[in-house]
Amino acid sequence: MFDEMSVEGGTTRPPYARVEGWIADSGLELLHKRSAEAEAIFRRIGITFAVYGEGGDPERLIPFDLIPRVFSAAEWRRLDRGIRQRARALNAFLYDVYHRGEILRAGIVPERLVYQNAAFQPAMMGVEPPGRVYSHIVGIDIVRTGEAAFQVLEDNCRTPSGVSYMLENREIMMRMFPDLFGGGGVEPVDRYPDDLRKTLEEVAPPACKGDPNVVVLTPGPFNSAYYEHSFLADLMGVELVEPQDLFVDEGLCWMRTTRGPQRVDVIYKRIDDDFIDPLAFRPESVLGVPGLFNVYRAGGVTLCSAPGAGVADDKAIYTYVPEMIRFYMGEAPILENVPTFRCADPDQCAHVLAHLEELVVKEVHGSGGYGMLIGPRSTAEQRAEFAKKLADDPANFIAQPTLDLSSVPTLGPRGIAPRHVDFRPFCLVGKSMRLVPGGLTRVALREGSLVVNSSQGGGVKDTWVLTE
Amino acid sequence: MRLTVEHRTRYAYEPPAVHLHLRLKLFAPATAAQAVKAWEVTVDGRPVEPLVRDAFGDAEALVALRRKTESVEIIARGTVETTDTAGVLGRIGAARPEVALRTTPLTRPDAAIEAMAREAAGEDGALARMHRLSALVAEALDYRPGATEAGTTAAQALAIGGGVCQDFAHLLIAGARAMGVPARYVVGYLHDPEAPLAETHAWAEAHVHGLGWVGFDPVHQVCPAESYVRLASGFDAADAAPIRGTLSAGHEEEMEVAVRVSAGQMQQQQQQG
Repeated sequence: MFDEMSVEGGTTRPPYARVEGWIADSGLELLHKRSAEAEAIFRRIGITFAVYGEGGDPERLIPFDLIPRVFSAAEWRRLDRGIRQRARALNAFLYDVYHRGEILRAGIVPERLVYQNAAFQPAMMGVEPPGRVYSHIVGIDIVRTGEAAFQVLEDNCRTPSGVSYMLENREIMMRMFPDLFGGGGVEPVDRYPDDLRKTLEEVAPPACKGDPNVVVLTPGPFNSAYYEHSFLADLMGVELVEPQDLFVDEGLCWMRTTRGPQRVDVIYKRIDDDFIDPLAFRPESVLGVPGLFNVYRAGGVTLCSAPGAGVADDKAIYTYVPEMIRFYMGEAPILENVPTFRCADPDQCAHVLAHLEELVVKEVHGSGGYGMLIGPRSTAEQRAEFAKKLADDPANFIAQPTLDLSSVPTLGPRGIAPRHVDFRPFCLVGKSMRLVPGGLTRVALREGSLVVNSSQGGGVKDTWVLTE
Repeated sequence: MRLTVEHRTRYAYEPPAVHLHLRLKLFAPATAAQAVKAWEVTVDGRPVEPLVRDAFGDAEALVALRRKTESVEIIARGTVETTDTAGVLGRIGAARPEVALRTTPLTRPDAAIEAMAREAAGEDGALARMHRLSALVAEALDYRPGATEAGTTAAQALAIGGGVCQDFAHLLIAGARAMGVPARYVVGYLHDPEAPLAETHAWAEAHVHGLGWVGFDPVHQVCPAESYVRLASGFDAADAAPIRGTLSAGHEEEMEVAVRVSAGQMQQQQQQG
């Protein structure tokens, strides 16, 4: 197992020198005290939502762990290049599958996997989104298994959430331990809302001539990520709207305000595609803004992310991302995928069935740690049940080896102990690309657990990128 | 052949609709088989222009009625010069034809449809396979209005053994896609002086290598020729619907449709606007 703070023999890895000193100087008692204070503050401000698609109780507080996760400047340089490369390839793929389909003609990605995909939106065929961007906020889940071994576990191209944790975690750390940040040395993350706003403004539609009016579109307060929607709207200084606040007229999109209708140019949409426009998508939906999709298609408003962007983050498509990078960019992938078996392939499926005990098997459209089998922790009965599901519909599954995720020291009731982590950075794609040095680190709080999802007992940490 | 079409649709709402939104795919396209001489779409007498053209080549318009609406009348009318191309249309729309292999809930194949597709696939070449499949559809279904409804799937229609043009087209599309032939649903008008149809007609188009899109009318066992006017297409009937609307919940909606197709010019008065 790779521990990010101390390598075998007990020497501290250089990036963690400051954290180690801080732990020693503070002492356990103070850390526990501050930890309780942090929890009280989070409860008071009401940051209680689940990370996208994780399910579980939306009102539950996600535990915050005080001990930061640290990347050196050199580690980040590589991550930064790898993340940008991947975000670029995913957008190139989306443009391609909604236009000429070169990667399908070349036989690299099976046509069926794209055209039969539930997330594929045929209505997007031929649409030219501003800047040819489909996924404006790309959340890439990365795991580490060794000193130089970073691998991508999954991509999130629709509405990756959790960035408010990145911002709040840093904020609270700076408030509780101002001295820790006193001398500089840790890259700030607080420019994210500005970057997000600039990104959204950059993709204003052709019909917009002046300063673009950006809004955040939320399904409403009952959505588990409503806190994040309102938080980001606040920090960007833009309106938070619900579908009933918007309407279309004369080929443009408008927002109802007390001062009369106001033009809307860019919509940061935190609502599923199916519910944005009953005239274009699900006709029985009472949600949505009738006509919005046609106005988008005609260049009257921009939707971020573009409808149909989800076809790039399907787990079966994921297995082809390294090929996409080679195909569209002629580059070698900087960040590799976790080795993945495609059960749609009969040989690979046979291998998976024979090795269920060692593998993690996931549903292609599943998320949040549901609908998966963790081989090494499963009972014979669970495996038999899963084998049947797998044999019935092999194309619906992929399988990966159980990963030895890196660990970071974490404060628990009985002191500090290593716990497994993953990482979700948020790459912004407009006319240019922006990536704040940092992201969301999720931590599996249970000893030995590899599942970091908040619905399965995961917590979050502040993530540091050290300055050069 | 010069054909004149008048397609009137009237919706009545009880209680009156407050916010009514309509998406109209009521603009006949120019194709290898039809030249559009004149065409207009009006909503309560006011002309409506298309906002966008989709990837399958259909023009779409949006209409929002914010006043209280007890009823609304939508009229599409025009004159089209048709040519017999034996159903062959070539390229229509920019989308890759392979997209039309995508199944939809209304056209999902079951075992019976797959068996039908396997039988047709025994023929040599996509064109022969489609003709065979069309004949199999006509054998399997009786033309029986009332046997099915708008939401009936291809598999259900096959089990019932009857239906209307929508069901014939869905079954043909489901079978074609199961054979690996891209297929789509087409709405249009049929000129039949012997038995005039008071509503729109529906058929299917399949993409055949070397020919492009080719129409098949399984109800009449022909490829659409001079007496057909093509209006709009989609993955299935729901997608190709010439009129799609939304209104706030709690309203009863009543619809009346009248279609008239005649040979010759539009009357002078109708050409205005």
